[in-house]
Parts: sequence; C-alpha cells; structure tokens
Amino acid sequence: MFLYSHRRERTRMEKIWQGILAAVHLLITGDPEVIDITLLTLRISGTGTIISLLIGVPFGTLLALKPFPGRRFVLSVVNTGMGLPPVVVGLWVSIFLWRSGPFGFLNIIYTPTAIIIAQAIIASPIIAALTCAALQQTDPKLRLQIRALGATRFQYTWLLLKEVRFSLFAAIIAGFGAVVSEIGASMAVGGNIEGQTRVLTTATVLEVSKGNFDIAIALSIILCLLAYGATLGLTLLQQKQQGGP
Amino acid sequence: MLEAREISMTKGHKPILQSIDFHLFPGECVGLIGPNGSGKSSLLKILAFLEPPTSGSLYFQSQSVPRNVPLPIRRRIALVFQEPLLLNTRVYENIAIGLKIRGLSKGRIRERVDYWLEQFGVLHLSKQSARSLSGGEAQRVSLARAFALEPDVLFLDEPFSSLDAPTKESLRINLAQVFKVTQTTTVLVSHDFKDIVHLTNRALILLNGRIVAEGSPLDLLKSPQLEEVTRFLAYFTS
Repeated sequence: MFLYSHRRERTRMEKIWQGILAAVHLLITGDPEVIDITLLTLRISGTGTIISLLIGVPFGTLLALKPFPGRRFVLSVVNTGMGLPPVVVGLWVSIFLWRSGPFGFLNIIYTPTAIIIAQAIIASPIIAALTCAALQQTDPKLRLQIRALGATRFQYTWLLLKEVRFSLFAAIIAGFGAVVSEIGASMAVGGNIEGQTRVLTTATVLEVSKGNFDIAIALSIILCLLAYGATLGLTLLQQKQQGGP
Repeated sequence: MLEAREISMTKGHKPILQSIDFHLFPGECVGLIGPNGSGKSSLLKILAFLEPPTSGSLYFQSQSVPRNVPLPIRRRIALVFQEPLLLNTRVYENIAIGLKIRGLSKGRIRERVDYWLEQFGVLHLSKQSARSLSGGEAQRVSLARAFALEPDVLFLDEPFSSLDAPTKESLRINLAQVFKVTQTTTVLVSHDFKDIVHLTNRALILLNGRIVAEGSPLDLLKSPQLEEVTRFLAYFTS
C-alpha cells in the first residue's frame, strides 16, 4: 500500500518536472502561440488599467475633496467594489453586451473590447478607493497652505495629486495586478476564443483541463513574470520619484 | 492696507471671535498674542481670506472683500504656518510653485527663487529634496516661499515655535533684516514675547475671542490696562 502510494507520488512529481522543462523550452524557443497570447494579455490588461485610471483617479479625487450628501455611502460602495468578484462583473457585462441585451447592437461580446470593459470595471473601484484614501490622508494644514499659495481649484487638486503620486503608483500596481490575474470576467465576456480573446489566465485553465501541463506551466510562469515585471517597473519608478536608492 | 470691522465667528454655538475691529497699516508688523484657544488662528485664517467670518466685513486696500474672495485678492497675501508644510519635491520647486501659479516666466521665477533662497541662507539646498531638510532649514525655505510671492500682506502663524533655541534666534535675526529691507506688511502670531518685541511695531492681545489690549509691545508690558492682561502677560513672559 505504502509502496504503491510512493510510486504514484514519484510519477506525479516527474510529470511536473517534465512540465517545467517543457515550459522552459517553450519560453526559450519563443513559441508563436504563447507569444501571441502574452501580447494580447498585455494589450487588454494595459488598456483596461489605463481606462480605469482615467475613471478611478477623478472619481476618487471627487470623493476625497468634494463634500456632497451621501458621500460616505458612495465611498462604502466604492470600497466594497475593491473586492468585486471578476466572475460577477463578467456575468453583468455579458448580460449588457449580449445580442439581446441593452448594448447588444455594439456587437462586441466575445471580443477583446468586451474584456477591456470588464477589466476596467474591476480595476476602477480599486484605483478610485486608493486615490480617495491617499488624498484624505494628506495633512489638512498642507491643503490650507496650497490654497494660501493662491491656487485655483484645478491647481489645488493637481498639486495634491502630485503630492500623493507614490500612492497613485501603488493604486496602478494594484489595479493592473487585479486585472492581469483575473479569469472569471475574461472567460465570461471573451469566451476564450483562440487567436482572438485567449489571454494567459484563460489559456492556462484550458491547458490544465486538457492535461497539457507543460504549456500550462509555461503560461503560468509568463503570467507571473508579467505581473512581476509590471509591478517591478512601477515600483522602480515610484522609488526613483521618492528619491530612494 | 487691511481692515476688519465687527468680525465675529461662532463654531456650533460657541463664540470663537467677538466683534473684532482691526486695522493693518502699510509697512507695519503687528504682533498677535494670546493664550491657546483665544481665537488667534481663527482670526489669522479670516484675515488671510482662508475662512469667511460668521459676521462682519473685511476691507483690503479700502475695497470691501466679498465672502467668496476673488483669486486676485487671495494672491496678494502669503502665509507661513508653524510647520514648514513643504511639498514633497525639490526645494527650488517648493519656492517656484506659487510663482508658477501666478504665471510668471521661467526666467523671473529662477531670479526670484534664487534671490529669496539666498536671503534666508539656503541657496545651497536648492536642488535637495524638501524631505531631507532639518526643521530650521525647512522653515527658512517656507519663509523664502512666502517672501518670493512678494505679498502685500504676510501672515506668520507661530513660525519659530517648532525650532530649537539657537535656530530660532538666528532665524529671528534673519527675518528682522528681511523686514528692514522689504518693509512687508505683516501679522505675526507668536507665543514668544521676544519675537513680538524684536519683530513687531504694535501688538494686540486676544483673550476669549476679543482684542483686550493694543499698543507697542514694550508699553503693553510696562503698563497693562486690565487685570486679565496683567495675568496673561505675567504668564506669557515667564
């Protein structure tokens, strides 16, 4: 009984090891399909993050600096949105973009655009909430000082955003990290169509289901490298701006 | 230069300032003293157009100042707080920001920034990050930033109180020299009677939201009119 179990464990480990070797081979030789999937993932998640930045930063700024009735309620909704399950976003975006849905006429379901929309919805609350938190933590006296410098409303907001720029970098890192690693929304609105909407996460799941562990491991390594690379780049930029070593 | 008539302020139901009449003449430096909670900071914010009073009116260069203070008027004052409150950027940028806001050319900005950094002995720190400065250096930069704006009225809210004694003394001497040259109209709030005696021509004592005494600092000290002023000054100068 013990011998049988031990042998089965060894076979499994060998399979994983073979998978890693095959993955390294795929990465070194630059498999065209893997490269295409990686580039598409970068394009989709990068665009999704940029759009969420354009939505999240102004919205977070408004929440932090402009008092209005129900602001706390809106803020709690945005904070809840930070933990929005991607699969739920995928479901609702699908309903809206479905042929018979309100935006069905756009005909973008199962296209990269649909995934970008879903990913922007996932990342926007993260960036908005982190922007709001960063601005609210600034010293009220510093805000008064900026006003005393004679700043217009726009200059005041711009100077404050510049003051919290390191936190904004962190918000971008968090937003990109969330969308590049999500699968539920990409699967629901993209459909994992080969050469069109297949991104690293959906491709990994597909290869695992087919038992192609070598490709799955290669894709997962690339996904991790991509997430790490983007985060590293932003972190270096953040540290450089902060004057760190 | 600046006049306040019947200024009052309440927060909730609590009166903070009551019927303040105040006149600031061009070129003078007025000291504002009073215990904690006497309303000094609130009065300073009102006079610096950062907060509207609950009632009363303000006049700037004989013109009535509306409740929503227009930007051109706001840009004629400068304010220095107890903390330097520098932005997280280089020293040069910190001085230049107020000038950029006012739309000055790059050449004029450089000229003014360098001049005022030199006046406060911190020109060599121009390229350093504001975060790397000591408390004294940062407050010098903060004063340079205010003077670089060439304000019509300068408000100093306890600018030396977070500094150690030798730094405070050297900065006080530095500031007195700058005042002598620029004749900048100034309101100085301080907890140190030395600051008031050395830097101001006239002092006002604020107690419980009212101006209770006014005069030259030394006269106030020699012959206080009211018992509460005597008590406060005894505590203030101890």
